[in-house]
Amino acid sequence: MDIQTLTYILVGASFALYIGIAIWARAGSTNEFYVAGGGVPPVANGMATAADWMSAASFISMAGLISFLGYDGSVYLMGWTGGYVLLALCLAPYLRKFGKFTVPDFIGDRYYSQTARTIAVICAIFVSFTYVAGQMRGVGVVFSRFLEVPVNIGIVIGMFIVFFYAVLGGMKGITYTQVAQYCVLIFAFMVPAFFISMLMTGNVIPQLGFGGTVEGGVYLLDKLDGLSTELGFAQYTEGSKPMVDVFFITAALMVGTAGLPHVIVRFFTVPSVAGARRSAGWALIFIAILYTTAPAVAAFARVNMINTINGEDGAGTLYTDAPSWISNWETTGLISWNDKNGDGRMFYAADDRNEMSIDRDIMVLANPEIAELPNWVVALVAAGGVAAALSTAAGLLLVISTSISHDLLKRNLMPNITDKQELLFARIAAAVAVVLAGYLGINPPGFVAQVVAFAFGLAASSFFPAIILGIFHKRMNKEGALSGMVVGITFTAAYIIYFKFINPAANVADNWWFGISPEGIGTLGMILNFVVAFAVHKVTGDAPENVQDVVESIRYPKGAGEATAH
Amino acid sequence: MSFETKEHAKQYWRENLRLMLTLLAIWFAVSYGAGILLVDALNEINLFGFKLGFWFAQQGAIYTFIVLIFVYVKKMNALDRKYNVHED
Repeated sequence: MDIQTLTYILVGASFALYIGIAIWARAGSTNEFYVAGGGVPPVANGMATAADWMSAASFISMAGLISFLGYDGSVYLMGWTGGYVLLALCLAPYLRKFGKFTVPDFIGDRYYSQTARTIAVICAIFVSFTYVAGQMRGVGVVFSRFLEVPVNIGIVIGMFIVFFYAVLGGMKGITYTQVAQYCVLIFAFMVPAFFISMLMTGNVIPQLGFGGTVEGGVYLLDKLDGLSTELGFAQYTEGSKPMVDVFFITAALMVGTAGLPHVIVRFFTVPSVAGARRSAGWALIFIAILYTTAPAVAAFARVNMINTINGEDGAGTLYTDAPSWISNWETTGLISWNDKNGDGRMFYAADDRNEMSIDRDIMVLANPEIAELPNWVVALVAAGGVAAALSTAAGLLLVISTSISHDLLKRNLMPNITDKQELLFARIAAAVAVVLAGYLGINPPGFVAQVVAFAFGLAASSFFPAIILGIFHKRMNKEGALSGMVVGITFTAAYIIYFKFINPAANVADNWWFGISPEGIGTLGMILNFVVAFAVHKVTGDAPENVQDVVESIRYPKGAGEATAH
Repeated sequence: MSFETKEHAKQYWRENLRLMLTLLAIWFAVSYGAGILLVDALNEINLFGFKLGFWFAQQGAIYTFIVLIFVYVKKMNALDRKYNVHED
């Protein structure tokens, strides 16, 4: 069977599975819609969290990004996993004991203030929307590359599927669909990785093959360092970013991960505090399977690509002898060749010998073809990419609909609505959010792609300090926490907006404060948030006794019941 | 108050914080320490085909994170039972 037919069959089968699960797991109450009734087993919740967390970007772009960045790509690996340690140790168990539905719920109640709740709702909606537009775009791109339908039709199909199970099933439907999506995406990522590791190093486990030897008995990484130097790139295992920037970016990604509402809310869905702790561990295991494989795939793919293009002898491969994947992917514009010296040979380098332009996404998408794997593996990668994008989009849409129906309507504007009415509003909000996200995916505002990366900085500089202080500093008052949040997020947003939108020409290391790029500035924003909160608290007095008692009571597990609204 | 005495509540929290800070110190050491600040020095050491600093940054730190969380789960469950504040 050809790739096209196989892809239709595999992607179609996975859709049928998701819809079947959605019908089986319909939500009947707000409790089920918001937090799946608080009854999801920790392992399943870990898997759902992993699928929620790993977006189309993790699946398609990350390995390619590392492949081009080498050591500098480590910021994503450490940053997007290290945050789970913070979640497990400092946030998840306490928030689960607190027993509410959302992050704005916690902020609003802990700091006894509607203003705080409203600020938190706005931050949550803003962060989630920038994210979800990128995901819908990802769905469209996968569809267009593998199924050869236009991007926009791909987005509409994706919208329809998400609409179906998010609106019908709420958190319960989403959670069990995400478990299925995790299985699809990890299988789709690992199968080509096993094959390519086996081909290159003779070791089937990519994490071990990463340190293995290639043909000729040279270590893979030594060979890659040698090739990189020869071609004018920085050594693969040494970075070119300044150390202070690497430090700050890693911290911003870690802390941002721990502050993202769609990640935190997952820990409200497990039945107990002990379950919340364990669930974070399982989530990280499931994430780490992909995150420790990706850098290995990155290195394999880079050696493979350089050898294919430049030839084993480094003299360049004749274009007429090139393998078919190069011309296949040329039609998508992801790779192109410009024969500058007219010798009919391709050559890839960092200096003016270079004749190639290569998009980093090709590293994962074309990997099965580069390694000459069977057609069904290529089709599998398509199904995996769609699963990764859909699962993240659904999780984000739920945060948006919950923020509107629960935090904004129930807790703010219309406190007297019944559970049934609230559920209806939640479904309407989810439906509107899907349509809006689809619209943003079809007509992406130019800034979406850039802003997604900065959502971490914004989450790090706003939510994270407010939650940490709310748990570990029981005398912290609303004045301190609020001014900290406002100063932190304003500072971070201003720095990013200045360098990215107002004066992009100035966005070079010489102009950055302390050498920190806009990607890493969230860390400084977070520190500022803490400092301001402490200072304001010093002059405004302690939080009321009854609030301090509540903080005491979330510090031990006993008595954690279901998540409740009141 | 679910603790038998106020003193117990204080001790429980102190032990919890000590455990948390110890684990966070290791968390910091493997990622920011070995993977970033000391990466050049550690890269002088070669183990199983990896430069050590590079390995920590792209592999080792992640493995350590997983171990840290499960150590925390185990120790906290024991601590909950010691002070009789575990869930039923």
